[in-house]
Amino acid sequence: MTEHAGARWVRILVILIVALLSLPLVTMYVWLVESAFSQITYGIVPHGFTLNNWRFLWEGFPNMPSIWRITLNTLVFAVVVTVLEVFFASLTGYALSRMKFPGRRLFLSLTLVLHAFPAVTLLIAIFYVLLVLGLYDTLVGVIMVKAALELPLGVWIMKGFFDNISWDLEMSALVDGCSRFRVWWEILLPNIKPGLAALSIFAFLSGWSEFLLPYVLTSSFNNFTLSVLLKRLIGDFRFVDYGLLTATGLYYMIPVLLFFIFTQEYLLNIYAGGTKGTQI
Amino acid sequence: MAQQTSVVGASSPMGYRARIRRILTPAVFTGPAAILVFLFFFLPVILTLVISMTDMSVATISNIKFVGMKNYVRIWHSRTTMKILKNTLIYVGFTLTFFNVGMALVLSLLTTHMPDRAGTAFRTFWLLPRITPSVIYAIMWTWFTADAPYGILNQFLSPLGVTPKNWLTAQPWLVVIAANGFVGTSFGMIIFTSAIRSIPVDFLRAALVDGASTWQRIRYVILPMIRWPILFVVSYQTLSLLASFEYILLLTDGGPGFYTTEVWSLHAYHRALSNYFGNVQFGFGAALAAILVVIGVIASVIYLRVFQFNEMVSEPKIEVL
Repeated sequence: MTEHAGARWVRILVILIVALLSLPLVTMYVWLVESAFSQITYGIVPHGFTLNNWRFLWEGFPNMPSIWRITLNTLVFAVVVTVLEVFFASLTGYALSRMKFPGRRLFLSLTLVLHAFPAVTLLIAIFYVLLVLGLYDTLVGVIMVKAALELPLGVWIMKGFFDNISWDLEMSALVDGCSRFRVWWEILLPNIKPGLAALSIFAFLSGWSEFLLPYVLTSSFNNFTLSVLLKRLIGDFRFVDYGLLTATGLYYMIPVLLFFIFTQEYLLNIYAGGTKGTQI
Repeated sequence: MAQQTSVVGASSPMGYRARIRRILTPAVFTGPAAILVFLFFFLPVILTLVISMTDMSVATISNIKFVGMKNYVRIWHSRTTMKILKNTLIYVGFTLTFFNVGMALVLSLLTTHMPDRAGTAFRTFWLLPRITPSVIYAIMWTWFTADAPYGILNQFLSPLGVTPKNWLTAQPWLVVIAANGFVGTSFGMIIFTSAIRSIPVDFLRAALVDGASTWQRIRYVILPMIRWPILFVVSYQTLSLLASFEYILLLTDGGPGFYTTEVWSLHAYHRALSNYFGNVQFGFGAALAAILVVIGVIASVIYLRVFQFNEMVSEPKIEVL
């Protein structure tokens, strides 16, 4: 009996320790939400409820492009990156999983090495490639770079999904004279829907949050994304309005929070799926 | 797009057209990804090495000259190199030890020793920093460490008798390491947790029967059994930390003062792409980056051999399904 009670106390103690370790993070997120709706906060104590911090939604920011333009840019960036990444990765993953062709081994090991390789070190050369292609300071350019950097991981994840599907499924269709493309589209893709969803969520979140690429590879107002906007707001010395800053931040966080709340069980698995340590 | 190819069971013997299809179909499938990866990933690796041997800068962009190893010699002789190198070691060493491995181990051990639902909830929460946009994360840390009466940290510490201060300028390393660490922890945490989970229950029970305490069980059963995952996280995260500078750029931008928290990758970025000094030096910056690139390529190839990355990457996919 005492032993049992002891075990329970240990368990409670363990939970308390983890809660204590998590406390810094908890307070930060609590502050972010509070501050967006307060006139001022001292530590995590808010003072004076207000919606004034959200005035950027109808007034915009001084000397900045409209918030809707910036939001649209960010959304286009994230969505197109996601579509390119998932579409190209599932095409390539299928070929690598199902076809014999010269260069297959090379392709596989090359993407595998690149997958472990921290891409940020390449920024200087990527900058130069975009300059030469005339794609510097264009959303199209940054989108292609982002998709390319994420593709090696995506290809390997997709290949893994296809490897787990039995050959029999498509064999009869192929014997009946169905094209490879149709087999891929009509038979295999529907079978890996959860995998496509997982990769899409991952790609979208990663695209939505991306900061360094648009910050370095674009410069004009028309190509602003929300991360670049926030960086400008932080860097602006006249800017001491933390209420406005956190409201903008929380606005930027909305999709991230939605995915975090509604796809939680996915997230642990996605990130367990051999994600590169995106310390970037 | 649609290739009318029937690879299996084509009634006619393999003819000329069928052979072409055999090459063409995979080319169509892999083409788009291959082109993108080549242009923006593979080519830049080579280009970094090439640019690093030129004097390319804004001033010389129309007349680039090949200078051989001159940039590398400059790095070798530069007085700031030692400082940057020391900073990089501090950054990678401490973040890795205390967070990416240390905190990750502590969290995975603790969350596997509590009810499952609580453990999963905590682990999920620790993923939040990873998917939080870096800009917002940096703003949160700036406020967390801000001077009284605003900072959260001071609010907790001043009742304990700690003098309030702006921690970001007073203890920049502490903040830089912690901010990166709280993001980096989740990677190791997830890998360690699944490694601990996969230890056969019999081993743990046997230890229990033998009268081992919880600590002894961790020290002599669990830790030895997850030494490969630990080694994996150490080597993998060393590489990503070496190359990472986003959070430092946002938090201190290498300051405060002269190169206080300037790490190698940030230094390469500053030299080549940041316009602070007006004249950006692509060549010199590329040489700094090239050193990281070479380390990265070698390390990646070694991981490939040692850890059979192949299995690591494809293994958990069934779980997602």
